[in-house]
Amino acid sequence: MSDTVKPVALHCPVPIEATDRVQLGHGSGGKLSAQLVARHFLPHFDNPALAQLGDASIVRVPGGEVALSTDSFVVQPLEFPGGNIGSLAVHGTLNDVAMMGAHAICLTAGFVLEEGLPLAVLDRVIAEMARASREAGVPIVAGDTKVVERGKADGLYINTTGLGVVDPDFRPGPARARPGDAIVLSGPIARHGMAIMAAREGLTFESAITSDSAALAPLVNALRDAGIDVHVLRDPTRGGVASALNEIAIASGVGIEIDDTALPVPGDVRAACEMLGLDPLYVANEGVMVAFVPEGQTGASLAALRSHPLGADAVCIGRVVAAHPRIVALRTALGGTRVVDLLPGDQLPRIC
Amino acid sequence: MKYLSEYRDADIARTLIARITARATRRWTLMEVCGGQTHTIVRQGLDELLDGAVEMIHGPGCPVCVTPLEQIDKALIIAARPDVIFTSFGDMLRVPGSDCDLQQVRSRGGDVKVVYSPLDALALAQRHPDKEVVFFAVGFETTAPANAMAVWRARELGVPNFSVLVSHVTVPPAITAILEAPDNRVQGFLAAGHVCAVMGYTEYEPIAERYRVPIVVTGFEPVDILEGIAMAVQQLEEGRHAVENQYVRSVRREGTAPARTLVARVFELANRQWRGIGEIPMSGLRLRDEFAAYDAERKFGVGALTVMEPAACRAGEVLTGRIKPPQCAAFGTACTPERPLGAPMVSTEGACSAYYNLARYRSTESAEAAS
Repeated sequence: MSDTVKPVALHCPVPIEATDRVQLGHGSGGKLSAQLVARHFLPHFDNPALAQLGDASIVRVPGGEVALSTDSFVVQPLEFPGGNIGSLAVHGTLNDVAMMGAHAICLTAGFVLEEGLPLAVLDRVIAEMARASREAGVPIVAGDTKVVERGKADGLYINTTGLGVVDPDFRPGPARARPGDAIVLSGPIARHGMAIMAAREGLTFESAITSDSAALAPLVNALRDAGIDVHVLRDPTRGGVASALNEIAIASGVGIEIDDTALPVPGDVRAACEMLGLDPLYVANEGVMVAFVPEGQTGASLAALRSHPLGADAVCIGRVVAAHPRIVALRTALGGTRVVDLLPGDQLPRIC
Repeated sequence: MKYLSEYRDADIARTLIARITARATRRWTLMEVCGGQTHTIVRQGLDELLDGAVEMIHGPGCPVCVTPLEQIDKALIIAARPDVIFTSFGDMLRVPGSDCDLQQVRSRGGDVKVVYSPLDALALAQRHPDKEVVFFAVGFETTAPANAMAVWRARELGVPNFSVLVSHVTVPPAITAILEAPDNRVQGFLAAGHVCAVMGYTEYEPIAERYRVPIVVTGFEPVDILEGIAMAVQQLEEGRHAVENQYVRSVRREGTAPARTLVARVFELANRQWRGIGEIPMSGLRLRDEFAAYDAERKFGVGALTVMEPAACRAGEVLTGRIKPPQCAAFGTACTPERPLGAPMVSTEGACSAYYNLARYRSTESAEAAS
């Protein structure tokens, strides 16, 4: 790192959003990420499948439609309580396919390895990856490895691509939220992000915060099998529940109201968030999903989710409203209201 | 966390709100000084719930908001040096300097790291003896002891490659400056609990007496803040003006002696610029001469830098309660959360940013109602 630092010019261009360099905030899942995609990728890669901007793209093939999703994993530390970069790379991509209501049938994996990475670490990552793939019943059918010089990568990066078959009768989509929908959350939030932060910062609690990394397909299937007319499914990963709800509110042109008191945040996760000055609503998850369902099916949806261990703590966190379109409002415990906005960039820890 | 739950209890909070509303015979104007209190007020929507009884002005107590432009620019100059690892609390990274911020310096190759404690920065300096490690020592009296400790330890351990860029401010001179303003509207203050946990509250007693304003040392949870407001309103209704302590579980009148002693050994009082407000006499801390070797301004020769603030930004008037954010011409046009001109638009609970979001919410609601 030290010998790659170059002297930099002092006069950065203004305005701030019109920066001429990639910043870490461009990868945060907030407004900067959206701008990067809209201004630099979409104009060149313009096509109808991509333009949907779903978790996965729907592509027509002879005999039906498939869902295709790709994701790259650059997490540090590579291993953390509750999983490692390998299991995460499987769950993350499978979940993107599952959020389209599609059945995943296979995965591919690409590895960028840094010179000097201990093979023992690589073996553990691959073993976890294989376990996650086996448990989900989705094989990794193609792969690639590249090795780069020491210092050119952070140990190990993984890209996975998932392919799934679309169910024509079960087509949730980000633009399908309707006023009156109930918003159901499958489990406690902010665990993955805080497990990573705690591991990075060396924070220790009575027991380690574990990542929630898990494949969500069983929960999607539970909703489907219960006959729920699911309008929207989303796994709130990078940017957390707040960013996911904002994206849905914008895509569907509706308002969203959530109740602060209904949001399930485990005690140790909340404590870690408060110590580090972070808002759990913006912290990443890798094993929970939000489902927008017709109000009359709220009870049935909760029962279906709770029938699976992964959804044991499923709760209704709010509703879709016709008022304040494209805005997510949070009702506080005391009855006040505040807007839960997309963050401009990375969530930055507060001083006070 | 169990010990906190009673201070977040919605029923207790609602009872307090009802008590405040019933007690107030007129609309009182109070200022909470600390950014942490503003955070709770905005996040819980407390000011909305109190509307009518009490107007809360969000004061100049967010260290991010009041750090002067010239200190940010000094940070940017130092952070851009190839021989420097620049360390800071996270929320300083997005604060705009004259023409960029620390995040942009990082994207251009500067080594900028977020740390949670100045002692982490000191440890970094020990691990990287070939680099200069600089910590951006911002904040009120609350962060001063830890920052003083880092400098003290650096000297004790002999870590020559560690230094601090100091931008420390203190609360009492700011309260005095607000009260001295001819158009001051603030009738009572919630003093910052954690500042007083360090310093105690004897410094506030002459201020309360001289300006005849109630000052209530207050904590940070919703129930703390509502209790603090209730105590201030009670004093105002009774025509009293005393320093009272709501935050008894953390604050003693004389503060915490070891912390105060350490701060006094490492720092001394100095004049200090406040962003948007200007210079307030003896309102800041600077390193004592015996610690000059750890002063980043001297080490990197940036001490003489002075910078003009953007004329369009009226952050100072917002922070002192003279205008509401929407009264600033730049609000929502030249100045937005994505492109902040002044610091109160940077953090989500900065006064301008909070108003910006609320305005967005209300405008869509009224548009709906009209259609």
